[in-house]
Amino acid sequence: MKLTVWTYEGPPHVGAMRVATAMKGLHYVLHAPQGDTYADLLFTMIERRNHRPPVTYTTFQARDLGSDTAQLFQDACRDAYERFKPEAIIVGASCTAELIQDDPGGMAETMGLPVPIIALELPSYQRKENFGADETFFQIVRHLARPVEKTDRITCNLIGATALGYRHRDDIEELTGLLSDMGIDVNVCAPMGATPADIARLGAAHFNVLMYPETGESACRWMERDLGLPFTKTVPIGVGATRDFIAEVAAITGLAPKVDESRLRLPWYSASVDSTYLTGKRVFVFGDGTHVKAAARIARDEMGFEVVGLGCYNREMARDIRALAKDFGLSALITEDYLEVEAAIEALAPEMILGTQMERHIGKRLGIPCAVISAPVHVQDFPARYSPQMGFEGANVIFDTWVHPLVMGLEEHLLHMFREDFEFHDAAGASHHGGKAVPAPEMEDLPIVAANNDAPTPQSGEVIWLSDAERELKKIPFFVRGKARRNTETFAQQKGLHEISVDTLYEAKAHYAR
Amino acid sequence: MTVARPLPTTTGCRETPVLKQRGQREVFCGLTGIIWLHRKMQDAFFLVIGSRTCAHLLQSAAGVMIFAEPRFGTAILEETDLAGMADAQDELDSVVAKLLSRRPDIKQLFLVGSCPSEVIKLDLARAAERMTQTYAPHVRVLNFSGSGIETTFTQGEDACLASMVPVLPTSTARELMLVGALPDVVEQQAIDLLTQMGIGPIRVLPAPRAADQFGVGENTVFALTQPFLGDTHAALERRGARHIAAPFPFGEEGTTAWLAAIAHEFGVSQEVFDRVTAAPRDRARRAVAQASESLRGKSVFFFPDSQLEIPLARFLTRECGMTAIEVGAPYIHQNIVGPDLDLLVEGPVLSEGQDVDLQLDRCRAARPDLTVCGLGLANPLEAEGMTTKWAIELVFTPVHFYEQAGDLAGLFSRPMRRRDLLKLEAAE
Repeated sequence: MKLTVWTYEGPPHVGAMRVATAMKGLHYVLHAPQGDTYADLLFTMIERRNHRPPVTYTTFQARDLGSDTAQLFQDACRDAYERFKPEAIIVGASCTAELIQDDPGGMAETMGLPVPIIALELPSYQRKENFGADETFFQIVRHLARPVEKTDRITCNLIGATALGYRHRDDIEELTGLLSDMGIDVNVCAPMGATPADIARLGAAHFNVLMYPETGESACRWMERDLGLPFTKTVPIGVGATRDFIAEVAAITGLAPKVDESRLRLPWYSASVDSTYLTGKRVFVFGDGTHVKAAARIARDEMGFEVVGLGCYNREMARDIRALAKDFGLSALITEDYLEVEAAIEALAPEMILGTQMERHIGKRLGIPCAVISAPVHVQDFPARYSPQMGFEGANVIFDTWVHPLVMGLEEHLLHMFREDFEFHDAAGASHHGGKAVPAPEMEDLPIVAANNDAPTPQSGEVIWLSDAERELKKIPFFVRGKARRNTETFAQQKGLHEISVDTLYEAKAHYAR
Repeated sequence: MTVARPLPTTTGCRETPVLKQRGQREVFCGLTGIIWLHRKMQDAFFLVIGSRTCAHLLQSAAGVMIFAEPRFGTAILEETDLAGMADAQDELDSVVAKLLSRRPDIKQLFLVGSCPSEVIKLDLARAAERMTQTYAPHVRVLNFSGSGIETTFTQGEDACLASMVPVLPTSTARELMLVGALPDVVEQQAIDLLTQMGIGPIRVLPAPRAADQFGVGENTVFALTQPFLGDTHAALERRGARHIAAPFPFGEEGTTAWLAAIAHEFGVSQEVFDRVTAAPRDRARRAVAQASESLRGKSVFFFPDSQLEIPLARFLTRECGMTAIEVGAPYIHQNIVGPDLDLLVEGPVLSEGQDVDLQLDRCRAARPDLTVCGLGLANPLEAEGMTTKWAIELVFTPVHFYEQAGDLAGLFSRPMRRRDLLKLEAAE
């Protein structure tokens, strides 16, 4: 039993729903009690879908448990076929139905429905949403894809995009354009937009583009083995990764790695002098493995940030992320516990968080700016405008998204210059938010802790801020104060000091000067 | 002369046969009630013993993570709990111990059963009893089920309140108890009106804090503020309390009838009643008249959601000039919504339970001007050109009593006005 407040991932059957909802002509019969239909609103509200997810819930109740829940399942399955006439049906159980062991897969297969029935085994008490999506898509591909003749032109499949995916809609469009520049057509994009008939002709492509390993890797591996389709290993998020991806595609296809870079603005925006203030910003990166991997590289190599911590919530990517962290001289935080992530951020006191909607809330509470890089998704992650993460336009979007929450360069200088200004103190709030300036609270109210011999001996490792130093620290603008406090404490500890005076503060500042 | 109880002019829908269908239900389970209950009871923690699905539901239903560290959480069952490798009761003890040590502000702990905990027959009553002994007098531990196999949406609140009734002390005092979790501002309006009539003392279940204890007994009379409190109603009657049946306090008419029933019970004179209610009644009438302009002559179709459907249909048809085509409710407690059914003009189909696909067929065939439905159906129906009202907003928004009557009408008229306002069709 594990106490959970907020979760990064839903149960695995929600992953299966993401695949079913992304596809066309497929129906999902889910053995589940009433209430599990809440998942429909994720799609209709968060993603603003204009259709109900193609899911039939058997809706069993307590009084059915003693009698015949199996009959209920078969009726639901038959009704769903009659009403929706899908090309294929996937069947499975939600967490509660798993416990009553009705075997939906076995039952559905014996019903003699005239369409392929694909049974899903998604262990609700062990695995989570991403696994559910990956496994579901893999089973669909395994059941439906057959060796077929290759297309004459060089084509690829785009693999992994699902409903409720983080920017999947726009990533598909961006990659389709990029590949078209190289002379490559898209054979099938799946699960997003594909029908069961499209799945059957996946093998006509010359290779697969694995867009999201979280939801498409098992299917890609199977197609590599059974259909002879190689797949790309680089996820093209960021300038460097996109160029690597192009090189990888060129190597697979023998085509020239030639694409139009004229719209790519990140490199110049990052090099231009107004971006100098981004140098060495301490960032904490957390999200799903794929986006964390991409974001960490962009942060260090393309924005000039310092990555001070990173991790992911999906254990399936733990090995990759640990290796990545090692490359950054860090140890990775692999956890699905929101409170653990919060504690890590609090301890590291970064100047910015690149995270999920959960970290956005942590940032709000701790007063640290946050840019969202990954699922779990929120209604804000489905903007009306074109907003990909992949490819060159994706890099442009990322530059804007990450810079936006930060205090801009010139603004930063002004804040330093006028740091004791009556309108610029902490309690005044951001001026552009229309808040009224309130007078700064009296600093003199701080309790005076003078250095004297009667002071209780601090426990080993604990450092006390003397009141003068504390007051001096308060004069440092809020967005660098956390860093200053941390650096000073580390410095004091290294020097074996128990107290921090104004001198210690400036000694530390000199020590860390860059 | 004491206040006369209003008599219905027709038999209304009381005798209308109810259409009962069985199929897929597009509704929330009872766990959802935790979202508003934990705000209402300020020192309570709701611990769901369930699966990742339960946690995900609560997170999704809460919409955004408004509260940094909310007073609800899920003890997620794992493979080891199910395989019997770990004693679930021991596991629960250690989760609760950890939780309570971190949250010393918690005075009431609700162990909330879910579908999986019910199916594996995890005995939460036993756990609650044991924990009450361990943590008394500091923390009181109760249990109820919010599982989808037993409860629909607002029935979770019913189950929660019903679980609190047996532990109320016995009292012989003549007291009025208002039952149902309402937003504070609305609750206070009701208390003020009743107090001005000289009625008191007034108790509210649920009380905001565990320490605000009161008793129940044969001299207790209670009025329900929500129509979904069937089990709580039964539990209070078992303790000897007597229910004051009345239409529910939605709209001017409903509020007046509800107050009148209580005034009658307490022997309030017609003169006092009129003096206290005249001004707010008049305000409510004017507000409803204004807010319901775009509703007059329009038709409405209710999908089942919160059990508020019958009282709301009564309000929309009698005060806002609408026609009801179908009024669907997850459950119909005849003895509780009877007074509302009496007032509901004959005509609409009354349906209980749901087969969502069949109901959608009926709705599409009827083409109502306004469809009241859950969030899973609203956007798909809008995309088909239907105008919808999210039912959940009716539960999350202050809509009871006189001062909110105009707001209540406004909730229904806003989608209609919006549709008229938007000029987005492409040029011919």
